Amino acid sequence: MRHLLTTVGLEHDQAVSILDVAEDMADVATRAVPKLPTLRGRTVANLFFEDSTRTRLSFEAAAKRLSADVITFSAKGSSVSKGESLKDTAQTIAAMGIDAVVLRHAASGAAEVLAGSGWIDAAVVNAGDGTHQHPTQGLLDAYTLRKTLHGDGSRGRDLDGVRVTIVGDILHSRVARSNVWLLTTLGAQVHLVGPRTLLPTGVDTWPVTTGTDLDAAIAERPDAIMMLRVQQERMHAAFFPHEREYTSAWGLDDARLERLATDTIVMHPGPMNRGLEISARAADSPRSVILDQVTNGVSIRMAVLYLVLSGSDPREVAA
Amino acid sequence: MTTILIRGARLPDATTTDLLLEGGVVTERGTSLSHRDATVIDAAGLLALPGLVDLHTHLREPGFEQSETVLTGTRAAAAGGFTAVHAMANTSPVADTAGVVEQVASLGAQHGYATVRPIGAVTVGLAGERLSEIGAMARSRAAVRVFSDDGRCVHDALLMRRALEYVATFDGVVAQHAQEPRLTEGAQMNEGALSSELGLAGWPAVAEEAIIARDVLLADAVGARLHVCHVSTAGSVEVVRWAKARGIRVTAEVTPHHLLLTEQLIAGSGDGGPYSHGYDARFKVNPPLRRDEDVQALRAALADGTIDIVATDHAPHPIETKECAWQEASFGMVGLESALSVVQAAVVDSGLLDWSDVARVLSRTPAEIGRLAGYDAPFEVGSPAHLTLVDPSASRVFDVDALRGKGLNSPYLGRTLPGRVVATIHGGVPTVLDGELRSPEEVTHG
Amino acid sequence: MPARVVLQQADVQRALTRISHEILESNRGASDLVLLGIPTRGVLLAERIAAQLAALEPGAGVVGALDVTMYRDDLDRHPTRTPSPTRLPAGGIDGKTVVLVDDVLYSGRTIRAALDAIGDLGRPRAVRLAVLVDRGHRELPIRADFVGKNLPTAAAERIFVRLTEIDGEDAVAIEGAA
Repeated sequence: MRHLLTTVGLEHDQAVSILDVAEDMADVATRAVPKLPTLRGRTVANLFFEDSTRTRLSFEAAAKRLSADVITFSAKGSSVSKGESLKDTAQTIAAMGIDAVVLRHAASGAAEVLAGSGWIDAAVVNAGDGTHQHPTQGLLDAYTLRKTLHGDGSRGRDLDGVRVTIVGDILHSRVARSNVWLLTTLGAQVHLVGPRTLLPTGVDTWPVTTGTDLDAAIAERPDAIMMLRVQQERMHAAFFPHEREYTSAWGLDDARLERLATDTIVMHPGPMNRGLEISARAADSPRSVILDQVTNGVSIRMAVLYLVLSGSDPREVAA
Repeated sequence: MTTILIRGARLPDATTTDLLLEGGVVTERGTSLSHRDATVIDAAGLLALPGLVDLHTHLREPGFEQSETVLTGTRAAAAGGFTAVHAMANTSPVADTAGVVEQVASLGAQHGYATVRPIGAVTVGLAGERLSEIGAMARSRAAVRVFSDDGRCVHDALLMRRALEYVATFDGVVAQHAQEPRLTEGAQMNEGALSSELGLAGWPAVAEEAIIARDVLLADAVGARLHVCHVSTAGSVEVVRWAKARGIRVTAEVTPHHLLLTEQLIAGSGDGGPYSHGYDARFKVNPPLRRDEDVQALRAALADGTIDIVATDHAPHPIETKECAWQEASFGMVGLESALSVVQAAVVDSGLLDWSDVARVLSRTPAEIGRLAGYDAPFEVGSPAHLTLVDPSASRVFDVDALRGKGLNSPYLGRTLPGRVVATIHGGVPTVLDGELRSPEEVTHG
Repeated sequence: MPARVVLQQADVQRALTRISHEILESNRGASDLVLLGIPTRGVLLAERIAAQLAALEPGAGVVGALDVTMYRDDLDRHPTRTPSPTRLPAGGIDGKTVVLVDDVLYSGRTIRAALDAIGDLGRPRAVRLAVLVDRGHRELPIRADFVGKNLPTAAAERIFVRLTEIDGEDAVAIEGAA
């Protein structure tokens, strides 16, 4: 795998294999020395043009568990906040000698532009680009689902027949996009629920079913329900009248938690707005795997870093 | 001024003729012409088109000379077969006074590569608040007849009504950039399934169509002339068609790129070719590239006359504003050098238009809309000698060498395009000969 | 270039039997003995040896699998390897005698990686090495304690170990250089 930019086009076997590698990575955490020498001497640059402490820490932990050196670049308080471009920043970091770039950027497609531009040679891992994709989040969600449903027998399996309902601001969610394509590739059936204003135009062409009624979706007893974060800035842009109305129609509150099938898994990519899209009880309920998602994130990112940084470089072989 | 004898050119009506150009006008037309001192151009196998007229060019001067100047922009025009361009008003300072438009027109005249017709801003500073000095610009030496806030929409209905009425006083026309601003806040590409998948904020067709619908009704109500810039959707075509059927005085343009390219290019082909990687900002343009259905509707509308002309919306930008993330990139593509080839690829080679249609949509009608004299009877004895010789049978990989302005932001780089401009003659002066631009000295001295 | 079979089914069996006996002998019994096979074929060989040990000494022959992919030093010289699971026996390896089992010993780099991996998993009393074939060309100061067959080879030659469980037959073959 040269880069990881999107879950669109990821093949079934490739996706399963990433999840399987992550299983091995997860085992490492339980060992006497929870660290592998695999990427010793490699340098991973975290380029975070957009703030995200959680994702950055997760990638950092993953790289360090594989013994890679990590340099971190955060836009806050740097030259980027005043106009230095993606190209200049990437080339500057690359000039310091790096093997992989983990890129977080507010512009959709930034990772694809960086990977396709020829500005740098390094592998590019998309850690969230605008409202487009966040592929490692999709992978860690798939991993969490598989692990929760299949336990130790997960290896080699996909999500055939698993029904997942994703709720909330689909329009602006890179998490939703990553999951829609990855989960369906793995055989799951995805149902999207949210207000019409937050369901994307043309969503009928996506490989999903959609609806606006969360209660109806809950009555269908999905295997998992994934609540998306409501971004503060959406609340003032006329997508819905106000928070209370959103919560009453699309929040996983205590009443809905009661009606949820007992074996429905509750997921959330974090950070949560408790009391808005998810109640505290739902977040902390035994059905919630929200902390597992965080733990599994490190294993998935270890797997991805390993896969993009191993394997022969065809150019070197030819030389 | 050079005397030029063109031998054996095929005209748009498919007849073949010799043309003698003297003193900047056509002096003889017929077979087996001869002239002692004439420079002879052997045009066997070449097509003679009237000099092309662009109603929508961004020359960027004054203010943005790092992107383009009147000189570099008119060189690009000549290379593309154009002999006249209408320079959009969004310069710095904005072309909203007689002083700015006279400066731009005189720069064009001084360089001589093409006639430069400035377009005046509709509102002061393109701010959409007060009418600019429309009368002063119309009466200036630049004799402005086309007014536009292009880049921005005159979205205030009252202001648009006043502009239509006031401009009519001077036989002018308002060229509207139809884009409802609230519906397109932060918009990045055509709204639809693809924008949703790519996570780029959608630019709904209705944002264009709603303004065109309002404006044709306003034009009808006040009995004024309206020109619609860069129509890009099938729905807009329907609105214009309806307006014309009602007898409303509306004209419409389409860009070459909206006749050939679709939004799908933004996704990237992944095939390793020139359009392999996604989010290539060369395809970022205002209005955005649309669906294939829209492209087909625009072609049909150009063929049936609903759309009157092709205009380039040549929009040069410094390379750094395209080598960046999509959302941070500038809108616009250069188009003068490629326009004729793209029109040939999109509508001529497919049989929708013949070369006399091309002469109409790229020369006679844009000149008419802009009230530019000298393009109503090309190749007739006594007419100004504006023409271009084209080899329609040529095929070339369009590369940076083909770009003669400052902007390299062409969406066609690496793509094979038909046709090639062999010579351009502006008022009897060759600006392009043997496919090569002539030097500024040669052009200024005729 | 056709492959030349150098060990037949019976030869492989005999080699494993001898290795089993030697392990017992040198370890003075099978107590505290853990066989760690290196995937893929090393695991199968470890299981076979364990079965023989159990036959000789009931209760002997604890088996695990040790994947060394993540410890290799040649990440960019080969296509990406997908790691196999590492399985340790319930009692772990601390204080045990670990016998690493692999099919072919060549440069020694796999065993170097395996020793590093073991170091991260615990602290065995001793680590031994059993291989079905030693083909020479060592690049590191590593040698096997138990060898089924020494096969001098040219560097350009390739060795194929085939085992019934996955290949349908037991055999070792050499494919010569062109």
